Amino acid sequence: MDLLNALVTLLNFVIIPATAYGAQLALGALGVTLIYGILRFSNFAHGDTMAFGTMVVILCTWALQGAGITLGPLPTALLALPIGIAVTGLLVVGTDKMVYRFYRRQKAKPVIYVIASLGVMFILNGIVRFIIGVDDQRFADGERFIISAGTFRDMTGLEEGLAFRTSQGLTIVVALIAMALLFWFLNRTRTGKSMRAFSDNEDLALLSGINPERVVMITWLIVAALATTAGVLYGLDKSFKPFTYFQLLLPIFASAIVGGLGNPVGAILGGFLIAFSEVGVTYAFRKVVAYILPESMEPSGLLQLLSTDYKFAVSFGILLIVLLFKPTGIMKGKSV
Amino acid sequence: MKKILMATAATVAFAGMANAQESISIGVILGFTGPLESLAPGMAMGAEMAIAEVSDSGLLLDGTTVSAVRGDSTCIDSSAANAAAERLITSDGVSGIVGADCSGVTTSILTNVALPNGMVMISPSATSPALSTIEDNGLFFRTAPSDARQGVVMSEIIMGRGIDTVAVTYTNNDYGLGLADSFQAAFTEMGGTVTLVAAHEDGRADYSAEVGALASAGGDALVVAGYVDQGGSGIVQAALDTGAFDTFVFPDGMVSQALVDNFGADIDGSFGQNPGTDSEGAGLYQAMATEAGYDGTSPFSAEAYDAAALILLAMQAAGSTTPADYAAEVMNVANAPGEQILPGDLARGLELIAAGEDVDYVGASAVELIGAGESAGNYREIEIDGGSLIVVGFR
Repeated sequence: MDLLNALVTLLNFVIIPATAYGAQLALGALGVTLIYGILRFSNFAHGDTMAFGTMVVILCTWALQGAGITLGPLPTALLALPIGIAVTGLLVVGTDKMVYRFYRRQKAKPVIYVIASLGVMFILNGIVRFIIGVDDQRFADGERFIISAGTFRDMTGLEEGLAFRTSQGLTIVVALIAMALLFWFLNRTRTGKSMRAFSDNEDLALLSGINPERVVMITWLIVAALATTAGVLYGLDKSFKPFTYFQLLLPIFASAIVGGLGNPVGAILGGFLIAFSEVGVTYAFRKVVAYILPESMEPSGLLQLLSTDYKFAVSFGILLIVLLFKPTGIMKGKSV
Repeated sequence: MKKILMATAATVAFAGMANAQESISIGVILGFTGPLESLAPGMAMGAEMAIAEVSDSGLLLDGTTVSAVRGDSTCIDSSAANAAAERLITSDGVSGIVGADCSGVTTSILTNVALPNGMVMISPSATSPALSTIEDNGLFFRTAPSDARQGVVMSEIIMGRGIDTVAVTYTNNDYGLGLADSFQAAFTEMGGTVTLVAAHEDGRADYSAEVGALASAGGDALVVAGYVDQGGSGIVQAALDTGAFDTFVFPDGMVSQALVDNFGADIDGSFGQNPGTDSEGAGLYQAMATEAGYDGTSPFSAEAYDAAALILLAMQAAGSTTPADYAAEVMNVANAPGEQILPGDLARGLELIAAGEDVDYVGASAVELIGAGESAGNYREIEIDGGSLIVVGFR
């Protein structure tokens, strides 16, 4: 019984939240890694692209709710997601045409792209704040829990409750579907193969007749879809606030770099690694240990490695260690 | 040239004095934006009602009229608050300041702006214990009690409900830390156990990690010394979601309509306290507020009315609108002996003072200034039942 209680506590406070967070980070990191693989620069505007997509989805969700259309137990935002992806797609392709294409023609160095993306980031930042404001926005509706802590306790008779929110379940399912679609696209379709060829060796790809502008456009569209999905899932699970999306940039980049920049499998691994470290390192394990160990050995401290204030420091720490010892990341991406 | 300059300066000075006799203004500096933005309007309305009441009576210093000028303290951004206070003093030429609201910006305005300019400040809601001992040259007062007192009251309420182990989380600023410290000291002294005192940052998207640590430490209830429009609500949401706690204790920063709007019946059985009294003055004030079209029970609204009233009564007592002159009178008009003055009764107070008699301003929040000029503190105990805030008693 005590072992079960320990397991449930761990599931409730570490495994479920970290898995959901990891899936959100992985989707974000996939976007960053695709841009890096194909356009060869670190897109700092990614966090704000997520915020923009989420904002469009929120506005559509409100319109749908206003019109009385909902998805029953599921959040209405899912219905608005395709619209959000389409608008964000237009936005990123537009930015590419207005900003990045100029530098591509100049054959600019990657660092110039990075600075340009920083500019795009600030502008998107402003647009999002201007349209929806700087405050918290809640747009989750439908059933809040798959299992709530109270119900679980009543069902099993255990002392500890286990909460599994709809948004967490949804995050995991949607992220799996998105990842499966992405890998099918990259490995099985002609366009996907041409993207990989372009990423491997640009000159060779050009020689074999691949149209670079088309590859770039499709990459941006996929990135828009990934970013919007990641943003909406994060917003449903936690809350939407433009500033926190900007802050997400650090763990997302950490995930992409730890996994190996330019490597999609690495981005997913990196996302979960960062999420589990962030949650695990800052979690106080006292309760879990107290259930497992006999009463006489009950720990007096909290068994917490780092205070929760240092959550961001964890991603930084992992990033530093990886860059020092394995600069290409776990899955052998391009070196930074 | 020098003479002309001096003459000009003297003229301006005299003009200023002559002007002050006819029309003065009082600064109302509150967090109209920021983590307490849902409380600021009620407070500002309270202060402005007292100012209007005095001005309309025409009894202040031979018919001096008073107007209110608002400034935004932002509650958290000290430099913005200092700039707003600086503007009130130098550009609007206020003769006294009602504010600020949050402890951090109040401290900052007091030390950086009010002291150098010799300006009187009466805060309706800054409750940090640190403000009791701060050097203020006798210029700073507050109609809100110190959190040292709130810590004791909160401990009594929790003990009274048979709970003796709690976890505490506080918003990481002067207000949160001060309250958490004083509560921990009072609660342990009464024999209770505090399992963990952990800070939370405002403005995060997700508080499940913070709640995880608190849940691990355990406790029968969670004391949330935060802000309702900020991290405080996030903590409560995360604790409810994970089933970590279902009884919460809410100090003054959390007790507001927004709390029950956010959580409704989910937090039934939780309780807390915020400053307030059931005195005659409180009832009178609420009736006046309802007539004026706002909610007089909104936290610190009554204290704001009293803060503005005290400044004006002190001016009358000193026979001057200069802060240096009337600062010393604030304690005298606020405390016994003298005729008791209730809200809506300010005109009579002004008359009595003009006639050379003593007054004891009781006001809307039963003002009694102690120590370095802070309210002795009256609290109302609230409980959440059926998704609404219910006042269950007064302490």
